[in-house]
Amino acid sequence: MPRCNTNFGKWALVVRQPPIHVSLRGVTKEYESKLGRTHALGPIDIDLRRSEFFAVVGPSGCGKSTLLDVIAALVPPSAGLVTFEGQPIGNTVPDGIGVVFQENACFPWLNVADNITFGLRRQPVERSEVERRLQDALQLMGLQDFARAFPAQLSGGMRQRVCIARTLLMQPRLILLDEPFGALDQQTRLLMGDELLRIWRATGATVLLITHALDEAAMLADRVAVMSARPGKILEVIETGWPRERDSQIVSVPEFGAITARLWTLLRAQSMQALRPEPV
Amino acid sequence: MRIVFYRLVAVFLPLTLLEILCREHVIKPLILPPPSRILLGLWAVIANGAFNAAIVKTLANVGLAIVLAVVVGIAAGAAIHRSRPLRTLLEPLFSTYYAIPIYAFYPLFIVVFGLGDTPQVLIGFMLAVVSMIVSTLAGLDSVPAVLGKTARVMQLGAVETVRSVTMPYAAPYLFTGVKLAIAYAFIGVIGAEFIMSGTGLGYEIRFAYDNLDNDVMYPLILLILLIAVAVNMSLDHWDRALRSRRERG
Repeated sequence: MPRCNTNFGKWALVVRQPPIHVSLRGVTKEYESKLGRTHALGPIDIDLRRSEFFAVVGPSGCGKSTLLDVIAALVPPSAGLVTFEGQPIGNTVPDGIGVVFQENACFPWLNVADNITFGLRRQPVERSEVERRLQDALQLMGLQDFARAFPAQLSGGMRQRVCIARTLLMQPRLILLDEPFGALDQQTRLLMGDELLRIWRATGATVLLITHALDEAAMLADRVAVMSARPGKILEVIETGWPRERDSQIVSVPEFGAITARLWTLLRAQSMQALRPEPV
Repeated sequence: MRIVFYRLVAVFLPLTLLEILCREHVIKPLILPPPSRILLGLWAVIANGAFNAAIVKTLANVGLAIVLAVVVGIAAGAAIHRSRPLRTLLEPLFSTYYAIPIYAFYPLFIVVFGLGDTPQVLIGFMLAVVSMIVSTLAGLDSVPAVLGKTARVMQLGAVETVRSVTMPYAAPYLFTGVKLAIAYAFIGVIGAEFIMSGTGLGYEIRFAYDNLDNDVMYPLILLILLIAVAVNMSLDHWDRALRSRRERG
């Protein structure tokens, strides 16, 4: 079982924790290929509390994205159980889950407004409600002046904002983010991190962020899970202890450096292991 | 605008030269009348109305071949895309398909389907369908996996995913397939009419040729040329409009 650090010491015992929102028990994933069976993930046992910001870091190829795919019901686990709001996850993505991927997932033939409303227009929702939510999302993501623009006219960061806005429009209770800022430069990533924190506070959703960037995880998350090299297992879950009202300026406080250093200490050996060539 | 000017020069300069060579009898009228006379002849042919039935019949058969090739091509392309063994089996055949002289099968089609329009439509269809299958495969291959995942997260069903995500993404490739299918359908149907048929524009051109009737033959060739150019230019215009929204940076 992962060890759980806390900055609250013994008082943690009397603080009431929010209810469990997502639970993974003994989750593993194995792939069959021509080269044989590959054990990609697990066993994983973690709980995500309602409205918390949870990050997962790990070396390349450790199965971080597979973990997200399993939680989103995009990939079935080979063994174990995933529950969302107390219900086991089956073969279809449950209501209330939104996913933002690392790759550009904008629909190139639709303008920004049509991209954002794509999912909601296919739900039994009044047109006026779609329009209201669209305007809110455009406002929240700073895309008001680009509603009629096409994805090809936008920068990588703005396209990712469109994808986030599209996810938000569905009002998900669990937002899964698979390295959403992986293709962006450092400055844009910091600013997008601020926007993400703002959205997280505004929506009250639970957020699971998969990232390879230790500083991003340390800055954004309430708790950071560190994964081992493949097959990915949870080595440790670190509680950051940040207040809910926070932004990217947190990178200048000494505790941020300490958390990032702790993450790197845990990950260094794993990353070196991941870099070693596979036995043929 | 300058490019339009150069294009017009590229078309009208050789035509003017041809006009002069024909009028000076450097090229004999029996071989080729002056282009201006062919143009007047085309007007006469259209005004006369004697070839309306042939024009309608050819265009209807070409249209039928196109519709069949597009529908069957997309359906077959989608099925082959889903089945790895089918693709491994058929893909090498597609690359050699156009090396087969389809017209060689025309007598067989007449024996099987009779002397009606069916063999001509079939030739047009057979020439057109493979380009549509190949374009459909290329289009479906181009759809990023992340869009499929996005569709699943949005809880779209299989049909809705194809209709709202896969096909719109693959649309430029499908459009290229449609353009090729139209060109091949024209070649197939008119070629078949030319070889062995009693009706249609191809037949009328061959009949005029056999009777040394240049006043009919050349205007009808010009008519086919104008139809093919007009159709192709319209499709190019739509294609550019479709791509410009998706690709402008």
